[in-house]
Amino acid sequence: MMTRAADPITGIGHMLSHAFIQHALVGGTAIALVSGLVGYFVVLRGQVFAADALSHVAFTGAVAALAAGLDLRFGLITATVVVGLALGLLAGRAPAAADDAVTGVVFAWVLGLGVFFLAYFTSHSSTADGAAGTRVLFGSIFGIGPSAARLAVLIAAVVLLALAAIARPLLFASIDPQVAQARGVPVRWLGPAFLALVGLTAAEASQAVGALLLFALLAAPPAAAQRLTDRPWHGLALAAVLSVLALWLGVAASYAWSTLPPSFTIMSVATAQYALAASWTALLGRRSRAG
Amino acid sequence: MTGGLSWNLILDVRELLSFHFMLNALRAGTIVAVVSGVIGYFMVLRRETFAGHTLSVIGFPGAAAAFWLGVNAAVGYFGVCVAAALVIAGLPGTGRATGRGSGSAAIGTVQGFALACGFLFISLTQSFSGELNGLLFGVIIGVTDDQVLVLLCSGLICLLVLAVIARPLLFVSVDAEVARARGLRPRLLAAVFLVLLGVSVAATSQITGSLLVFALLVAPAAAAARLTARPGLGMLLSVGIALLITWLGEGIAFFSPYPIGFWVTTVAFAIFLLAAGYRAAADRLGRRGTVGTPA
Repeated sequence: MMTRAADPITGIGHMLSHAFIQHALVGGTAIALVSGLVGYFVVLRGQVFAADALSHVAFTGAVAALAAGLDLRFGLITATVVVGLALGLLAGRAPAAADDAVTGVVFAWVLGLGVFFLAYFTSHSSTADGAAGTRVLFGSIFGIGPSAARLAVLIAAVVLLALAAIARPLLFASIDPQVAQARGVPVRWLGPAFLALVGLTAAEASQAVGALLLFALLAAPPAAAQRLTDRPWHGLALAAVLSVLALWLGVAASYAWSTLPPSFTIMSVATAQYALAASWTALLGRRSRAG
Repeated sequence: MTGGLSWNLILDVRELLSFHFMLNALRAGTIVAVVSGVIGYFMVLRRETFAGHTLSVIGFPGAAAAFWLGVNAAVGYFGVCVAAALVIAGLPGTGRATGRGSGSAAIGTVQGFALACGFLFISLTQSFSGELNGLLFGVIIGVTDDQVLVLLCSGLICLLVLAVIARPLLFVSVDAEVARARGLRPRLLAAVFLVLLGVSVAATSQITGSLLVFALLVAPAAAAARLTARPGLGMLLSVGIALLITWLGEGIAFFSPYPIGFWVTTVAFAIFLLAAGYRAAADRLGRRGTVGTPA
């Protein structure tokens, strides 16, 4: 499989001739596009913490579906969308109630439940493979089949349409909620609707990089984009580009060095993007202050 | 796991103690519970749970790397957690970040990258998923005599240092301005405490795994804070609850087919809910008569 070519062009040609790479790139591009766009709003609204919560829920939901003998994605999507909606509805009612110790205890228990379902699944199902838990936690983009890639594109299209419909009011409400409300923007239901979208995106992203890493994929490229530009529409586009770039480079790197798992390489590129953007702006800031 | 549960509790406990690995697990669990009960109490008081979370996530790649290199996992946990604690102490004002501010994207990215590195080290090690689950969610078997000894030494050092700085630390945690005016050094105290937190996170991770550290580090302290407002009593309660969680969790895990991580978190969550319910009931009663103690 891993015949390394002398020059990169033939190497890329080799890479693209594999069906599993094609599926990974098609499904992955859709996933990355959505996570970049939705992630931009997540970072803008300061809801990285909610994305973190959804990643815990994604793990437990997926393993619970496995334990019940259902399709993994069914559990993923149901759990993340329902919890996303619930978080959005609760946030309006009790803003200060969630103190960090309480969230810590609840998160630990949600993961503990996931461990329970995982153990139940591996001990009760005859077809169970021991790597199922690993796959849910850390993803396996090379394991995406043709139908999974199609579904990923379909869900991405739905999320993109919904996001396009609410993007303008959402941006307004994120930047200045009071003025937006005064202007008649329905701030109250925008929050839950957006978090439901984040839930769908989390379910998508967890197929690419796994439940544990998805919130970093939602946060890193958009945070890098936000460092580079203050203009929201530019930032949004840049976040999508960076996210897709991270996925492509990650897949290619994992193909080139087969010992590196794709989740690791994708995360590495995303982290590098953020680190570069942060040091770039730090450098610029210092220079402009000096000059 | 092995024998079934009979209705004779004494017999059950005797059977449980007849296994050397179980004895070691209980010894290790007891040490960890005492340390994390005390340190966790200060952590919740100082609102540094997010730092604790970060340390536990960063410990995972450390342990995975140690595993990959064939070194004892404890070396990886302790080395990386203490180093990370020093780094966090050196950064300005990060310990108290709640994960909701603008810096949360950066912290989230670092955590994600740490987890990805851990995954890399595990997949470089050929013998995959069993160890991964152990590192993330804890194992009950395989605690060696040496490990118990290491835990005991680190725990004792931790508690000794804490005993020395406990009073000033409490003062600083409750009122930093006045403490500074009295000639205490809040920054130094905070740094020392973060290192202690790193040590206790590393120790706790070896029982509960990296992802479930909060079950022993936060839940007992959070429950104790809801039962009493007095620091000394609260610390004692926190240790007691942590011990209860570990012993019950390990005991049930021994007799059931499900892993220790699930039982420890479930017991912790149940006790926390009970304490929160007690607080709510006491507040409601107290509002009629005298003023209740502040939570």
